[in-house]
Amino acid sequence: MVVKVYGPAFASPKRVLVCLVEKEVEFETVPVDLIKGEHKHPDYLKLQPFGTVPVTQDGDYTLFESRAIIRYYAEKYKSQGTDLLGKTIEERGQVENWLEVEAQNFHPPVFNLTFQIMFTPILGIPTDEKLIKESEEKLDKVFDVYEERLSKNKYLAGDFFSLADLSHLPFTQYLVCQMGKEYMIRDRKHVSAWWDDISNRPSWKKVLELYPAPGA
Amino acid sequence: MVVKVYGPVYGSPKRVLVCLIEKEVEFETVPIDLLKGEHKDPDYLKLQPFGTVPVTEDGDYILYESRAIIRYYAEKYKSQGADLLGKTIEERGQVENWLEVEAHSYNPPIHTLTVQILLFSKLGFTSDQNLIKESEEKLSKVLDVYEERLSKSKYLAGDFFSLADLSHLPFTHYLVGPMGKEDMIRSRKHVSAWWDDISSRPSWQKVFQLYPPVF
Repeated sequence: MVVKVYGPAFASPKRVLVCLVEKEVEFETVPVDLIKGEHKHPDYLKLQPFGTVPVTQDGDYTLFESRAIIRYYAEKYKSQGTDLLGKTIEERGQVENWLEVEAQNFHPPVFNLTFQIMFTPILGIPTDEKLIKESEEKLDKVFDVYEERLSKNKYLAGDFFSLADLSHLPFTQYLVCQMGKEYMIRDRKHVSAWWDDISNRPSWKKVLELYPAPGA
Repeated sequence: MVVKVYGPVYGSPKRVLVCLIEKEVEFETVPIDLLKGEHKDPDYLKLQPFGTVPVTEDGDYILYESRAIIRYYAEKYKSQGADLLGKTIEERGQVENWLEVEAHSYNPPIHTLTVQILLFSKLGFTSDQNLIKESEEKLSKVLDVYEERLSKSKYLAGDFFSLADLSHLPFTHYLVGPMGKEDMIRSRKHVSAWWDDISSRPSWQKVFQLYPPVF
């Protein structure tokens, strides 16, 4: 039985897809159209009661929240594919630290930018320019910390690619492409090298090819 | 060498303190006064470049983000104290699922309520009543999902107390205590029983006693 991943066209599910490709785990996808409101359908809410994507179904075993799903599969398949959790408990601690940084510091402003710039026009909602400006300022400060960190380490958690780096792929892709804010990456020497490295991984190129973003 | 935890009087560091007590791990604390801006001190920023609490120092090994720290210590000391990660990889997956729910769905509205109601009054700022109302509505919807979940399982990740439940302790305490919104918990039968259970654990009682909350 092959794991099913819901909502592959969207960003958060792509964390799961790129992780499964890195771990050499087969999967199927199930489309969920957020624009049509399919995520608020009673059948979907039975799987994911908060009505967001992704959710994964692995036989009877259901999980949601992309960063929980990637931790689970990275651990379950630790001995195959890329090791995304580090080799020791201390290395894993660093992975957890920077995955939490992504979730708590990077994600909120980049998500606001994504929603305001990419989705308010499609949804016919007024765009909040003040929020866009504030979010870019917050994201700038986060990238300054990353620039310092990546001047000392090749990847966020240390000298190895991990879930902490992977988790940045989907929304940073939106930032440099659809949102036209590549300068935020290119203005920073070490962030720029890190982005080139992680976004050129075959796993990420494969996910982008198979599941283009809506409107891409 | 004993692990040092910075900022013990505040909400997020308390996740770490209660976890270390559950794991029977000795620790020391280092006070950080957020109202005096000590978290923006260059010396503090060397440890935690985002300028938030907590950070832990374990000899040379530094970690920050409370939910990263609790995962690390729960795994490092898996064989002693309470098992906060479940027994199998599948159980841990459920712990991760509900810990992420706490981080992404529960924490944002309850953190906004804490800032608007408790912190602003302490600082003499005017609260944004619309924001308070919106946050309370969001939190209510989350608690409705919890009520359904907890009607089927004793704790969030299953039939065992885990990091997922523990992570809710500090800010839910603010909600039912100083914010005066205990009805949000008590009006939901299973959430109410769950809250009584987890908040009466000796580890939480001890943290409360040793480091009285700042609000």
